[in-house]
Amino acid sequence: MLRLEKLRITQGDFTLRADWQVAEGSRVAVIGPSGGGKSTLLMAIAGFLAPSAGRVLWQGKDLAAVAPGDRPVSMLFQDQNLFPHLSLRENLGLGLSPRLRLDAAQEARIAGALERVGLAGLGAARPGRLSGGQQGRAALARALLRARPVLLLDEPFAALGPALKVEMLALVAEIAGETGAMVLMVTHDPQDARRLGGETVLVAGGEALPPRGTEALFADPPQALRDYLG
Amino acid sequence: MRTPILATGCLAAAGMAAAETPVLTVMTYDSFISEWGPGPAVEKAFEAECGCDLRFVAAGDGAALLARVQLEGARSDADVVLGLDTNLTAAAAATGLFAPHGKMPALDLPVTWTDPQFIPFDWGWFAFVHDKALASPPGSFEELAASDLKIVIQDPRSSTPGLGLVMWVKAAYGERAAEIWQGLADNIVTVTPGWSEAYGLFLNGEADMVLSYSTSPAYHLIAEEDDSKAAARFAEGHYLQVEVAGKLAGSDQPELADRFLDFMTGETFQSVLATTNWMYPAKTPEAGLPEGFESMRPEATLLFSSEEALAIREEALEEWRNALAR
Amino acid sequence: MAERAGTLAAGAVAATLGLLTLGTLAVVALQTGGGLRLGPADWAALRFTVWQAVLSALASVLLAVPVARALARRRFAGRGALIALLGAPFLLPVIVAVLGLLAVFGRAGLLNRGLEALGLPVLSVYGLHGVVLAHVFLNMPLAVRLILQGWATIPAERFRLAASLGFGPGDVFRHLERPMLREVLPGAVVVIFVICLTSFAVALTLGGGPRATTLELAIYQALRFEFDLTRAAVLALAQFALCAAAVLAAARLALPAGFGAGLDRTALTLAPGGWRRGLDALAIALAAGFLLAPLGAVVAAGLPGLGSLPDTVWAAAGRSVSVALASTLVSVAGALVLALAAARGARGFELAATLPLAASSLVLGTGLFLAVYPFVSPASVALPVTVLVNAALSLPFAFRVILPEARRMQADHGRLAEALGLRGMARLRWLVLPRLRRPLGFALGICAALSMGDLGVIALFAGEREATLPLLVQRLVGAYQMQAAASASLLLVALSFGLFWLFDWGGRRGAEA
Repeated sequence: MLRLEKLRITQGDFTLRADWQVAEGSRVAVIGPSGGGKSTLLMAIAGFLAPSAGRVLWQGKDLAAVAPGDRPVSMLFQDQNLFPHLSLRENLGLGLSPRLRLDAAQEARIAGALERVGLAGLGAARPGRLSGGQQGRAALARALLRARPVLLLDEPFAALGPALKVEMLALVAEIAGETGAMVLMVTHDPQDARRLGGETVLVAGGEALPPRGTEALFADPPQALRDYLG
Repeated sequence: MRTPILATGCLAAAGMAAAETPVLTVMTYDSFISEWGPGPAVEKAFEAECGCDLRFVAAGDGAALLARVQLEGARSDADVVLGLDTNLTAAAAATGLFAPHGKMPALDLPVTWTDPQFIPFDWGWFAFVHDKALASPPGSFEELAASDLKIVIQDPRSSTPGLGLVMWVKAAYGERAAEIWQGLADNIVTVTPGWSEAYGLFLNGEADMVLSYSTSPAYHLIAEEDDSKAAARFAEGHYLQVEVAGKLAGSDQPELADRFLDFMTGETFQSVLATTNWMYPAKTPEAGLPEGFESMRPEATLLFSSEEALAIREEALEEWRNALAR
Repeated sequence: MAERAGTLAAGAVAATLGLLTLGTLAVVALQTGGGLRLGPADWAALRFTVWQAVLSALASVLLAVPVARALARRRFAGRGALIALLGAPFLLPVIVAVLGLLAVFGRAGLLNRGLEALGLPVLSVYGLHGVVLAHVFLNMPLAVRLILQGWATIPAERFRLAASLGFGPGDVFRHLERPMLREVLPGAVVVIFVICLTSFAVALTLGGGPRATTLELAIYQALRFEFDLTRAAVLALAQFALCAAAVLAAARLALPAGFGAGLDRTALTLAPGGWRRGLDALAIALAAGFLLAPLGAVVAAGLPGLGSLPDTVWAAAGRSVSVALASTLVSVAGALVLALAAARGARGFELAATLPLAASSLVLGTGLFLAVYPFVSPASVALPVTVLVNAALSLPFAFRVILPEARRMQADHGRLAEALGLRGMARLRWLVLPRLRRPLGFALGICAALSMGDLGVIALFAGEREATLPLLVQRLVGAYQMQAAASASLLLVALSFGLFWLFDWGGRRGAEA
């Protein structure tokens, strides 16, 4: 269980509050206006921002002292999800061993993950040679290898076309299903939230509201969501 | 030699080796120990007769040598300091770091020598060196000042010849020194940090004359078979540079140091000097002086005693600076 | 945790630099070698020092602007080679540079022989203008690189927009180039000002007399001739204060990011035709002539004796190369540690990395000598000390080269590295070294060249057998061996430039764009 306990994040004169919890394996969309603090929320969970008050707890354990790389979290950023100077194989390998000392079994897992996301045989390629969609797949393959219980997505597919984005979201759902991971996904598109299914957190007015069933939320949107949807 | 190795006691073997062959450390200026200087021949000859290991430590030029002695103070590893000149000996004596030598070898200097702590090993006259092609070389500072000849000199605050020139003008003109410097100001192309920069500029044609030694033309004659250089004879006389060596009071090889000082004024050492250090040996070798050393004998030799030199240095430097800083 | 280890390492490097610069100053100051007396001559030296440094910095930078602009907006065969060659004077040992300049501008130089042939009066290079000329020769290439970098930072989209709005060259200057110059020029002026502040040999040889006494010369005099250590320390402190003031002023005026990488990433700029084309060609030709003619003179003077150099020269060359390589490794490693910490936002490291620029190498050497003397024989540590001092003195340049790229790496990939738990050696191997390959190569090249040419403190420490090539050049001249000295100088220049080129090439080769 991921629990945000009276969490408060302050950046300059911007403050974001959250006080709720999400069960393991949940699918949660994070939606709200630009600059509302969606990314900020994910950054705090991933460990890039220290809360000014409150705690982030995983299975009842406070994560404050845990470095980002050691948290039970994989995160896909808006961009720069792959090191451009390393091959895909190496990029994926970093998910298994930061020192890149890979044994035969691990090499096999990397090849398997690449195949799983439709990039079979591209292990030696550098990210610069890939299309945007392929880069997203590679990043997802690495998340698959790391198999952390929480997958945070900070709009990594925003730059992709509609069809490609749908395809990627389906892949996310599949991978999360295979690893049993909880997904927290930032989006500004209500359709994405619906496709993900599960629940939705609305971030607006300096607060991340507790998750509600996505369909129920859109059926009876609160004022802040109505303002955002227009 | 009080090796720090012994002091820290970590390399006993090296310490024992040092104890078996005594080491004499001689601190001197850079050019003395270069492969063209007297150092290599001196080392070989002295080691052959002393049963010891002669080591040189280089410390820049003559002026830097005294600073180095002062920096190291009483703890110095050196036993002998070789290469100070008479403008520095009073200051060197004042440090209290030098021991009396207790000997007075017969020497061939143009002046009588009585210093109880320092023994000369060579000497030379400062002189302006020029190309023989120069139509009418000046015969005095006043003629030089009146001419439109260009000269390069050294800074008296960083080089021994530079300081020697300031002393030369002071010894020749006394109260009129400032006036002479003002007259020379428009002849001076530039003032360099040391002898080598000035001589290099002169050889590259940057000036008609350069402050150097009366023996400089002999170098070109002997080493390069080039007879084109000459030293101008000045009617006022020429200032003398006497290079000396002294024994440090803190030496742990005082007998060896004494032997080295004896060796220094002996035939072997002295016969090496003329064509390596390009100065007059303190004691003329049996074979006489090489060709070119007799071509310019000044009419008079000027020299302040070391106490006088120390006493007037500041004032003379001030006159020099004021005249040239306008 | 990884961050803390990095910051600790950076702290250790900064502390070492502090000890080497301010610590040695304190050691010298604490010796009772004389009284505190700064006479009128010292104040005159202070004034002259500042004045020549201001003039040199302004002249270097202002003259660099048209050259950088011409290089930024023109493409021609050999442009890359020209930019590389123009960097050479900055890497020249000062004494060699002065002799090269004199071969062109001296009384018997090419210029005056030309004037004589035309029946025109001869020009004298000695005096304040000569000092400024030499400083411009040595530092204008640096200014050109800094400013060229500024041009490269103007996004291509701006120039495209300017073109679509029908901007003339004047409008481009007013709206695009002037704001960039306002950002880049103050920093360039300050960097060169600080470099010229500690000038010694140039000012003394070309200054023409005691008028041209700089602080560094006054320090030399106090240390060597008067053995007045207190006075030397006070003068060195004054020099520090001037540099610190300049560096702080620069921090307010935004120091330029660096002068290395990305020269050829220059986006397509507007290249006006007509008479401006001729003007650009003229600027490039004049700069190339000014910078390359003295280099040519150094080559011409050294070439004849190159075959008959004595063995000691080759031995010294070998020693110099190993000292330079060791210094370079130490320097770039230190600079990298500081730059990574500074890129993560740790404070104070930029100032620490700039400290050595302000240090008087004479005071540094003397302080180190006094510090080690009670424990070991100076000659036995001559080479390690030289390595350490050369490393410290070239570190500011390496730091400036690495910092901007380190910042960009931190911004682009820092989070991903953290998210993957990439730290320590793994981070160095898989992220830092490959990402920073280009600036690291450039920094290694600069450090190697500067360490080759620098006399540093070896003169104070070296015994009989430890001479490096620059020291040997000095000893050769001292022994009337002018031809050998000229050839050894050429060898020194060739080795410096060779090392620079090798490292820089190695950095560019295989680096990711």
